[in-house]
Amino acid sequence: MSNKKYDIIIVGGGVSGCAVAWKLSRYNLNVLLLEKEPDLASGTTKANTAIIHAGYNADPNKLKGRLNVKGNVEIKQIAKDLSIPFKEIGSLVVGVKGDDLSILDELLEKGKKNKVEGLKIVDKEWLRENEPHLTKDAEAALWAPTAGITTPWEFALAMAENAVANGVEIELETEVLDVLTEDGNVVGVKTNRGNFGANYVINAAGLYADDVARMVGIEKIEIRPRKGEYYIYDKAKDFDVNHVIFPIPTPISKGIVVTRTIENNLLIGPTSDPIDDKTDLSTTPEGLEKVYNGAKKLFPDLTLKDTIRVFAGLRAADKTEDFVIEAADNVHGFINVAGIQSPGLSSATAIADMTLDILEDEGLKLEEKKNVIEKREEPVRFYEMSNEERAKMVEKDKKYGKIICRCETVSYKEILDAIHGPIGARTVNAVKRRTRAGAGRCQGGFCGPRVLEILSEELGIDPTEVKQEETNSQIIEYKIKELLGSKVMDNA
Amino acid sequence: MLKLKKDVVVIGGGPAGLAAAVKVFDNGVEDVMILERDFELGGILPQCIHNGFGLHHFKEELTGPEYAQRFIDDVEDRDIEVKLDTMVLDVSPDRKVYAMNREDGFLEIEAGAVILAMGCRERTAGAIGIPGTRPAGVLTAGTAQRYTNIEGLLPGKEVVILGSGDIGLIMARRMRLEGADVKAVCEILPYTGGLTRNVVQCLQDYDIPLLLNHTVTRIEGNERLEAVEISEVDENLKPIPGTEERIEADTLLLSVGLIPENELSKKADVVLDDRTGGAIVNEGRETNVEGIFACGNVLHVHDLVDWVTQEAEIAGDWAAKYVKGDMRRSDSKIKINAGKNVSYVIPQNIELEDKDRKRIPLYMRVTTPLTACEIKLSADGEELYSFNEPFAKPGEMLSVPLAQKTLNDLGKIEEITVDIIEKEGE
Repeated sequence: MSNKKYDIIIVGGGVSGCAVAWKLSRYNLNVLLLEKEPDLASGTTKANTAIIHAGYNADPNKLKGRLNVKGNVEIKQIAKDLSIPFKEIGSLVVGVKGDDLSILDELLEKGKKNKVEGLKIVDKEWLRENEPHLTKDAEAALWAPTAGITTPWEFALAMAENAVANGVEIELETEVLDVLTEDGNVVGVKTNRGNFGANYVINAAGLYADDVARMVGIEKIEIRPRKGEYYIYDKAKDFDVNHVIFPIPTPISKGIVVTRTIENNLLIGPTSDPIDDKTDLSTTPEGLEKVYNGAKKLFPDLTLKDTIRVFAGLRAADKTEDFVIEAADNVHGFINVAGIQSPGLSSATAIADMTLDILEDEGLKLEEKKNVIEKREEPVRFYEMSNEERAKMVEKDKKYGKIICRCETVSYKEILDAIHGPIGARTVNAVKRRTRAGAGRCQGGFCGPRVLEILSEELGIDPTEVKQEETNSQIIEYKIKELLGSKVMDNA
Repeated sequence: MLKLKKDVVVIGGGPAGLAAAVKVFDNGVEDVMILERDFELGGILPQCIHNGFGLHHFKEELTGPEYAQRFIDDVEDRDIEVKLDTMVLDVSPDRKVYAMNREDGFLEIEAGAVILAMGCRERTAGAIGIPGTRPAGVLTAGTAQRYTNIEGLLPGKEVVILGSGDIGLIMARRMRLEGADVKAVCEILPYTGGLTRNVVQCLQDYDIPLLLNHTVTRIEGNERLEAVEISEVDENLKPIPGTEERIEADTLLLSVGLIPENELSKKADVVLDDRTGGAIVNEGRETNVEGIFACGNVLHVHDLVDWVTQEAEIAGDWAAKYVKGDMRRSDSKIKINAGKNVSYVIPQNIELEDKDRKRIPLYMRVTTPLTACEIKLSADGEELYSFNEPFAKPGEMLSVPLAQKTLNDLGKIEEITVDIIEKEGE
């Protein structure tokens, strides 16, 4: 492919890879980010609890504990600069009758060590007033006012878009097959789309970080995926919750969380089940039952009648149960950003800062660019506008007048912008991540065929080539009459 | 912002909206406007290219597009104003309708009366939470119907259908006719959800297996659907371990229920009935909000479009009366209750004065299949009269008349209850 030699290649376009790309884009460097899927943020980043944790739960002796609080503090400014949806709604760890309430004090102490601000133990009365639908059995809770919620894929995409605005290159559907070295130094990568040269390779490959590490002979990283299953509710539901609400944690999991999302859906989950297969994103009857029962302990009135989707995500946990952010000691120029499990989203920008420090230690010169573009323009979000604001938009451009997704009020113009944006959407799910078209209660039943048609028109491809998500996820297999006279017909 | 004033605004240009608008016009209220979100009128009918429509209303058999065209012609003959590609975003309780389209931009329409005719949507895979993955190739039967019949695109060639609603049955035949291998239609209940004639004409005539008491227990495939696992269920609808069967398929169609599309109604403070998912209405199909009417599948899901037309004409008549100031309420309101074996009755209330009418039709569905049954009407606990039915299925609507004379004779009563009882010994 390209003969261009990059300073740095980032392998993986999840939130960690995007954060590293974004931080690097502020320096005079040639940076390339490679993603094997047709869109960024389509692995672990798209399927998690979407929480920016306060940081009281992570072990202060681990990287997780050190980086979480830093990321939590940073995101508040970044959200403003890059127009990332973020709401500091605070979290509660709720102890109910029969729980060991001393764990709340332990968490408070751990939080203080991690320098989490504003932590407070609140009582029954406080809970009744501030979270009225919470179980009557709630005795006390640890309140962390600095915790918040975000839209994880938009967080990643926003950083990537700003990185692109500042000169970073991104190649999608480009899978790294090998890391090329010469005389103990990284010289590039081999991909399904040819070789790319680079002096440094950053391994932010998420679930596949151990596979990429092995390409340079590093065996110590071992990703042991842990599955989390979830239910998501319609915006119209029986009641709202005001905080991110956790039960008392166990040693390996924070338990079944009940939270609202940025768009005011309700999200419950996740389970935490170790699995072997990195592609196993299936939900299970047992898992979903665990989720519902767990959520019901906190909110006994919760039913399943307003759920609109179930999903599962995989945590890319390393066997050490900590982030592994370090330079390889056997090859110069190879840096692992691996084992990024919870609180990876919360820590993303702090992880990137640490990665840059390591790059400097490894001899990379970071020279600040002049004229860095600091801000990302806020995308038009029709669904959160008032009718007056919508009227103004339509006056400016009539393409806003045609609504494609009825459930989430997404206009034709927003979909065009998503397709022709800095990192253009090529798939139905990529359009969904950028606009919310298809994320509502009818789950694309209405807008699906319309989005497919727009993608086909704008990308100049046949409707049978339009993908839902991954490379082989075509939605339409044939055109009418194509099967007649085929073997299928004869055998049927 | 374009501000308009209309006597009647009809939201939705499907069969309900079209018939209602025509009726409003024919009652002398000519300032009526239809708002339709699609690029053409007819609602879901243009994609229903099969026959079987109009047997009751027109006494002849039409396809969906033909049935729709009759009403579209009526609308055009009368020059009724239509706005296509127009999405209604909001309706206020004082009948201001807010909508958008590319030509006019943002619209605010002050309406004398509003007729809600937004139809329904399909239940999705997410809503029923089938275990397994979420690959491409899993879609609702109606979406597949749109791809096939409007866009000319065929989702796949090895098909399993979950649910035996009418659209599922119709699509089983439709995909078979395009050369696809329809491997099974699974229905979790011991009876089908759709019309008997569709079971015969769409499945039996094409040797497509119908598996009652079966459901899909797992979806396989990471990118595109590869297979589904089906299982038999017990009387509590729980899958029976050991009965799993894996069927290779690239397409899973869902026909697992329809949900009236009442998001706009709620914005207008319209109160909904938990059983129908639609508004609570009086016999004029007026909701609890004065001057806001509802008809068609937004009010309750119908089995035949012919009944939608009937209901829309009732709503059109009364909306016109309302606008003209001719709608009078009685002093008392009679509540219509769904009694034994009845899942709901439309209308839920009787409260309008009408000297000319001879009877008020009551529409209902049963909760469970029944053979040889009686539909009994009683007023405040006293039995009035009953009607015999050879059989009743939840998938098919029933209708009985309530005579105005009976109401006149009864004088002041609180409620009328409809029970459907299986006759003993038959």
